[in-house]
Amino acid sequence: MIAELGHLALAVALAASVALALLGLGGGAWQQAGVMRQVSNMVALQMAAVTLAFGALTWAFVATDFSVALVAGYAHSALPMTYRFTAVWGNHEGSMLLWVWVLAGWTSALAWRMRGADAAQRARVLGVMGLIGIGFLAFLLFTSNPFLRAWPVPADGQGMNPLLQDPGMIWHPPLLYMGYVGLVVAFAYTVAGLLQGRLDAAWARAIRPWTLVAWAFLTVGIALGSFWAYYELGWGGWWFWDPVENASFMPWLVATALLHSAAMADARGSFRLWTALLALLGFALALLGTFIVRSGVLSSVHAFASDPGRGLFILLFLVLVVGGALALYAWRAPAVGAGASFQGWSREGLLFGQTLLLMVAAASVLLGTLYPMLLDALGLGKLSVGPPYFEAVFAPLMLLVMALMVPGPVLAWRRAVWAWPSRGWLGAAALALALASAVAWWVPGASWATWAGLAMAAWVVLGVARHVLQWLSQPLPRAVRWRTLRGAKGGMWLAHLGVAVFAIGVAVVSTWGHEQDLRLRPGEEMAVGDVRLRFDGITMAPGPNYFAIRASLPMLKNGQTLTTLHPERRLYLANGQTMTEVAIDRSLWRDVYVALGESVGNDAFAFRVHHKPLVNWIWLGCLMMALGGLMAAVDRRRVGPAEGAA
Amino acid sequence: MTQGRTRLGPWLALAVFALLSVALALGLKLNPREVPSPLVGKPLPSFALPALGAASAPISSQQWRGQWWVLNVWASWCTPCAVEHPVLLQLAQSQRVTLVGLNYKDATPAAQTWLAQRGNPYQTVWVDTQGSVGLDLGVYGVPETYIIDPQGRVRHKHTGAVTPQWVQSTLLPLLETSRG
Repeated sequence: MIAELGHLALAVALAASVALALLGLGGGAWQQAGVMRQVSNMVALQMAAVTLAFGALTWAFVATDFSVALVAGYAHSALPMTYRFTAVWGNHEGSMLLWVWVLAGWTSALAWRMRGADAAQRARVLGVMGLIGIGFLAFLLFTSNPFLRAWPVPADGQGMNPLLQDPGMIWHPPLLYMGYVGLVVAFAYTVAGLLQGRLDAAWARAIRPWTLVAWAFLTVGIALGSFWAYYELGWGGWWFWDPVENASFMPWLVATALLHSAAMADARGSFRLWTALLALLGFALALLGTFIVRSGVLSSVHAFASDPGRGLFILLFLVLVVGGALALYAWRAPAVGAGASFQGWSREGLLFGQTLLLMVAAASVLLGTLYPMLLDALGLGKLSVGPPYFEAVFAPLMLLVMALMVPGPVLAWRRAVWAWPSRGWLGAAALALALASAVAWWVPGASWATWAGLAMAAWVVLGVARHVLQWLSQPLPRAVRWRTLRGAKGGMWLAHLGVAVFAIGVAVVSTWGHEQDLRLRPGEEMAVGDVRLRFDGITMAPGPNYFAIRASLPMLKNGQTLTTLHPERRLYLANGQTMTEVAIDRSLWRDVYVALGESVGNDAFAFRVHHKPLVNWIWLGCLMMALGGLMAAVDRRRVGPAEGAA
Repeated sequence: MTQGRTRLGPWLALAVFALLSVALALGLKLNPREVPSPLVGKPLPSFALPALGAASAPISSQQWRGQWWVLNVWASWCTPCAVEHPVLLQLAQSQRVTLVGLNYKDATPAAQTWLAQRGNPYQTVWVDTQGSVGLDLGVYGVPETYIIDPQGRVRHKHTGAVTPQWVQSTLLPLLETSRG
């Protein structure tokens, strides 16, 4: 019964979305106050119905109701309770239901935040959200219904993929979806604005906090996924340029460009069309990412079950939504106008250059991701595009972006008088180059890429520091200082420092990270960085739904045991898959990372051991970026008339 | 960002998107997991391996020269192998073609138990514990299935579990060509 209730709730939610789109767009167009008032009710109905459906599916998983085909396919009676909850989105159908739930959540939040806004604009924006809701609810109901029954009812389920039985599964998908779907708000505002033929400073100011929040979620979601892959896959890598990773990374790049461009449009009234285009493309890439992940057009380590029928549905939806939005854009653009003009050597000029670089980076990732499919479609053979392409194209673009990050915020608006940069800036640049050269010179093994990465990171840190010092030298009341520090400006500094921390982590770990494969017999030792690991032997360790062998490796330094690492190999009983659970000794300065391999006879086991200096800086940097974004998003000063920009 | 440039730019974005959509639609029809083997059309590499459950001398890959045969790479730890197993059993029963197994990177007792429980479709099973022959063949995922002609050339390679459709539309027509 519960499953049928969930099914019914989805149908109700679809009806509510249709009503929302019709009432919102119709009411907005003909200025019908009575009709527009109904919009709020439809938003609430959609939210309630999707929540009910999500609750019903969660109940089916928690109670392991194997008469529901999805539960039988992805759960098991021995599955621990935590993973019964996460199993809800550990499959295609449930994952799309989570998508729709997050969309309903963003729609509700938007309806609430816009309650004081112009009624016609509110109705239009929510109407566009309703249109998106129709597409995804129809997709769920007609191609991916999570509530189908299985007959005959199997005695037990097939179990959840062991890779997904990890705390990472609790946070990674919901956070990623919050970011992915959150980009729809800027999209809806922009489409509504284009319909009205009005893209003004108020529009730019409105989309900024939404984009910042979505961007922060996306940052944390991607970072968590990378952190998870690092310890779960047992390869020691943190980014693989896999199509599914790229699918989340492209919207991130566009959203990064969008939030900077929207700041310009807000503060200066310039960049309106560019900002509008970025807002449309951000969500377009989120939809394209969904298509790539769900249709199986590209092969990926994320081996989701794929179905061309579903792919076709998303593609048609993509064509309608994005094609429609871009056509509307092309038609309305001349009426909107580009906004205030500016010269190249100005804050706007540099920021435009930066957003352009970010878009080029996104385009190059898109090209690399789709290239194998394009060649195949043209009958030119099969190939795969690997990390070498992405690194060769992507790293220089990001270094350029970092180079431009420092002068941008200090140049004058519209037009800067061309003059030699002040001695302080030249000093900062020289110091950055000197620091990077010193590190590259003293530590063997550095390449040009290491040097460039470190130099740019030092340049950003010194630039932010100098900016902060200049700000501190201005006489300001304490209260104003504090407001600035936790507001948009402080957020910008923190996020930019995060970029530097991230870059240092990447440069150091990719240059000086070390990996060795070796076999050890009990009692034998190996050296890792400045510590030694001794293999003490193997014990059997039964788990709730798996059986494991567990190695014991005390970590020694100068004869003292610091800690003991316990890497495992687990055999999951439900489907007979073997998984590696790595053991990591973490610190801010380095990770010691041990993966247990197979038995190689004579009590000996194969081990893969990594020494990873500064690897945690990669995720620390991402957290700093996300926190900076959130600080800028909640800056109350931004609610009033804009002053300056971040 | 002058007015003159904004006229064309927006339509350009739409045009690029239209091209992309067409490419994606074409991409939907393709299967990225279907990878052609460089071995197709070439002679099967020559090797000799011990047989499963027999202390006899290694068996050469030239053993079945002069007839069509199918080489199936499998392992007891491989889930898709269990999926395709009934198809192989049925093929063996039909006696249309000789089926030879290559037990890849597996523990011999586990492989024997697996065959005892599910039935053995293979005329012979090679044991490749180290995966060295797998390396020569370019095996990168289990299961993989090769169709080899009487001249010892690889005529087809299939990655992933074989299906009844594969037997009907790929294997049997190939066998027919040699009769005709």
